[in-house]
Parts: sequence; structure tokens; C-alpha cells
Amino acid sequence: MPVVPKLVKQIAFYALVVVIILFSVFPFYYAILSSLESGAALFNVNYLPEEFNIANYVAVFSEQPFARNIANSVIVAVVVVALSLFLGVTAAYALGRVKFRGRALLLLTILGVSMFPQVAVLSGMFELIRFIGIYNSLPGLILANMILTLPFTVWVLTTFMRELPKELEEAAYVDGATPWIVVTKVFMPLMWPALVTTGLLAFIAAWNEFLFALTFTLTNEMRTVPVAIALITGASQFELPWGNIMAASVIVTLPLIVLVLIFQRKIVSGLTAGAVKG
Amino acid sequence: MTQIDTDPSSLLAGRSGASAKNRKASGTSLSTARVRSAILFLVPMILVLVLVAGWPLLRTIWFGFTDAELNRLGDYNFIGLENYIGEWGLLADPNWWNAVWNTVWFSFVSVSLETFFGLIVALVLNANFPGRSLVRAAVLIPWAIPTIVSAQMWAWMLHDQFGVINDMLMTVGIVAEPVAWTANPDTAMWAVVMVDVWKTTPFMALLILAGLQMLPTDCYEAAKVDGIHPVRVFFKVTLPLLKPAIMVAVIFRALDALRIFDLIYVLTSGSRDTISMSVFARQELVDFQQVGYGSAASTLLFLTIAFLTIGYIYLGKVDLSGDKS
Repeated sequence: MPVVPKLVKQIAFYALVVVIILFSVFPFYYAILSSLESGAALFNVNYLPEEFNIANYVAVFSEQPFARNIANSVIVAVVVVALSLFLGVTAAYALGRVKFRGRALLLLTILGVSMFPQVAVLSGMFELIRFIGIYNSLPGLILANMILTLPFTVWVLTTFMRELPKELEEAAYVDGATPWIVVTKVFMPLMWPALVTTGLLAFIAAWNEFLFALTFTLTNEMRTVPVAIALITGASQFELPWGNIMAASVIVTLPLIVLVLIFQRKIVSGLTAGAVKG
Repeated sequence: MTQIDTDPSSLLAGRSGASAKNRKASGTSLSTARVRSAILFLVPMILVLVLVAGWPLLRTIWFGFTDAELNRLGDYNFIGLENYIGEWGLLADPNWWNAVWNTVWFSFVSVSLETFFGLIVALVLNANFPGRSLVRAAVLIPWAIPTIVSAQMWAWMLHDQFGVINDMLMTVGIVAEPVAWTANPDTAMWAVVMVDVWKTTPFMALLILAGLQMLPTDCYEAAKVDGIHPVRVFFKVTLPLLKPAIMVAVIFRALDALRIFDLIYVLTSGSRDTISMSVFARQELVDFQQVGYGSAASTLLFLTIAFLTIGYIYLGKVDLSGDKS
């Protein structure tokens, strides 16, 4: 067995750590760097900040309805998360704590829906949205996004709900509480951490959704942020305004990164509850 | 998938069965009341799922048997399996098979790489060293960035004239002149794979890390006492014990990779070299207005993923009812 000096091992390990950090962080760092350069500076590759010019940020808001796009994304994501959590908590109580025949099949179906390729419902959803008369509107996107967030929310909340102590529920029933009271007054206070985690993951899913928002909207004013960023066009058709694209990217990503870093422990537990515990 | 099985009648049957059992056991009306409100709690959720998932899926499958077009959705003819096995059907369409091949190739290569790198990152995060929380925060950043944003960020970095990647590679001397990464047929798919690996390795690493942290510590102590080389311990102890966690993560990722849309649509505009099954289906549906044909393609993708999901649930023996815990 060859003896590798401890110091060499340490250096190799820290080199690996540095590579991981650089590879993870560099693209976003470079986006920030580019977003602050305009004119010719943008097209000169540089690795350290050389310019601090907010022209791109101003241009994003003045050349297209980007403020409107952000508002659209916020409205859609917030309504979708609120609806999913409300429907999810009550359903999770039923699925996680009450035994009834068909429960396993129902959970299996919900898990199956969360594996759905979005494109599989695209033409049916298009027809439905046109039929209701909500094409190119936010209610249409809210309706479509429920397929992404609801199954996932129900699934994760059910795994959390299962782990709450049985005694609490029994004590409440002895005191004459109804199941509705048990869910809203006994379990809800205990479920807050789970609700925050699930809500945050659902929010990210709705915030990032692209295919439905691309297909079910028509005008610039109704687009959500991902579609707006994907379809940003510049003065000419063949020249993409990279400065604007990078500025828009930084604007919508910064809040997400801050949220994720604040809640990182919760997010990790939520992700693993969705998969490993499954 | 048994999408329509969520109809409430089967649940009602379940209710009476369960409550009868409970009456026998305890003789209280409490459990009956609980089951009754459980049904009440479930109905709104099920109705929404039927509306947004069940019904549109059935319509998509139905459209697959028709010649419907986007601008006249109400006016179509039933044409049976023509979209699948007809002379111009999917199974005879080289473009469809190209999309299938791209999707399978992409899924296989990207998930393999993500598993490999995810394992390395998970092992690093599992080690005890100063600055560990910094690494964990750093790897969460790619995960937090929206797919569209990462596609645009990388499109800029991979730009053939002004991109930083070409600049780096030319400085080091790996390439002599700028490469058009996303337009060149030889590199376009690798560009997509690289962005996907960057974006989803954190997810893989976190799932594997969760598995690592659940491993029993006593076999490590035993191995240490016996003086077994750490590399040997990794391959003989850690990896076999970790296999279930890795398998779950791989299948989750694979199901996700098979339906890839956003990244390819933005990074390479769905060129022939990279077009995936999802991009192909949407192109037929929306750009070419061929709702019938596009729906047939969607249905085939759906069936592929459904079979894999069912296989996963049986192989993985997922604890659905929570009875085991």
C-alpha cells in the first residue's frame, strides 16, 4: 500500500472543494459581471469586474413590459402555491392518517401524476383553456400550473403528516373536536415548517414553469418571467441583447438564491422527503 | 396510467368497507366520522386533479386518433391509428426517431454524469472540514437558478464570438479557434448535457448525501480497526449500502430527463441535432398546428414514462400506504 503523505491528500481534497465551488458559482458570477457592462465592454471577455453600469437594468424595464412580467409570475406562483397548500393539507390528513380502502391506489395515482410529462396534457389543456375562455390570461396559467404543484404538495405533506404523534389527535377527539378542528387547530401549528418547505418548493416550480406559459399566452403583457427572458429580442432579429438578458436573469434569480440560502436546511429535507422516503 | 381511477365511487366503497371493519374493532362512531371527513377532504383535491390532469390527458390521447388542427380544434375526423402506423405515421417518421434517439442519448449520458459527479459532491459534503456549509450553499445555487435563466447564461458563456468558454479554452490552448458550441452538430448535444449536469448535479448530490447520512457507522469502525484501506472500504462497504439511495435518485432524474423541454428549446432552439421528444411534440402541436400528430407523439412519450414509473414503483417497493413505518 503506497503511503501518500497527509499533506498531499489535504491539498488534493481542498483543490476538489475549490473546483466544486468555482464550477457552481462561476456562471452566475459571470452573468452579474456581464449584466453590469454595456456597449463594447460587454463583448470583451474579462474575469474581474471592470465596469459598473446599470444601463442594461434600465433597458430591461423600459424596452419591454418586464415589470408586468414579474408581477404576472408573482401572481401566478402565489395563487398556485396557496391553492395547492390548502387542497394539499386537508388531503394529506386524509391520506396520511386515515385508513381507507383505495388509499394506496390513490397515492400511486398522485405519484404518477407528478411524473407526468407536461407535454402529455398540452393539447387537452389547450382545448380546456380555450373552452373556458381563459387563453392568454393569468387564470389559464394558474389552472395549468396546478398539475405541477398539487401532486407534489400532497405527496410531501402526506409524508410529513404521517410522522405527527398519534396521541395529539386522540386527545383532541376525546375533547370532542371534529376532524376539521384537528387539521386546522391541532396539526396546522405543527405543520408550519413542512408548509414553508413545501410552499417554497412549489413556488420555485411555478416560478420556473416554461412550457405552459409559452403555449398558453400570446401577448408580451401576459408572459411570465421565464418566457419573457427566453423571448427577449433586441433591435435587430439576429442580434440578441445579451446585456439585457443577463440583467433580467440576475433580477429574477437573486431573490430565489437568497430564499434558497436562507431555507437551505428545510429545502434539503423537503427534497429528500419527496424522493428517498417516498 | 390508471388516471380515471380517482373517481369517488371507488373511495366510497372503500369507506364503507373500512368503517365496517372499524366498528367491529372499537365500536365507536368516531372512526366513521373520521373516514367521512377524510372523503370530504379528498374530494376537492381529486376534482382539481381530474380537471387539470385526467381530462386533458384523455383528450390528448383522443386527439392522437384524429386529424385535428390547432386553428379548427372542434372540427376533426377520427382516423384510427393513422398517426401511429400510417404511411406518414410516427413509427415511419425519421424525425420522430431522431427525437427519440436524442432524448434517450441525452438522458443516459446526462444522468450517468450527474450520478458520478453527484456522488463525488455528496462524499465531499459528508466529510467533516471547515467551510463545509460554504460548499453546500455554493452547490445549491445552480439548483435555485430557473432552467431558462441557466440556458441563457450558458448560451452567453458558450457564445461563438464573445463567449468566455472559448476565451478560456483558447488561453489554455485546448482549441485553436472559437467553437460554435450550440450550433455545431458535433458539440450541440454535449453543450445541452453540460448545462444539465451543471444544473442538476446538486439535486443528485443532496439525495445521495441523505442516503450517506443514514448509513450505519459501526461497519466503518470495524473496517478501521481491521486497517482496511479507505478506497477498499468505499467500494466494498459504502457503495453497496448506498445503492438503493442512488437507484431512487437515478430513476427520479431519468424520468425528469426524458421529458426535457426548456433547456433544449432555449439553448439550441430545438435544432435537429438536439430536438427531444417533448420539443418534437410541441413543434408539431403549435408550430405546425398538427394537433392530431403532435398528440400522438405526446401519448407515446407519456406511455414510455408511465411504463418506467410503474416499473420503478414495483422494483423500488415504494411504501405507499405508510404501513411499514
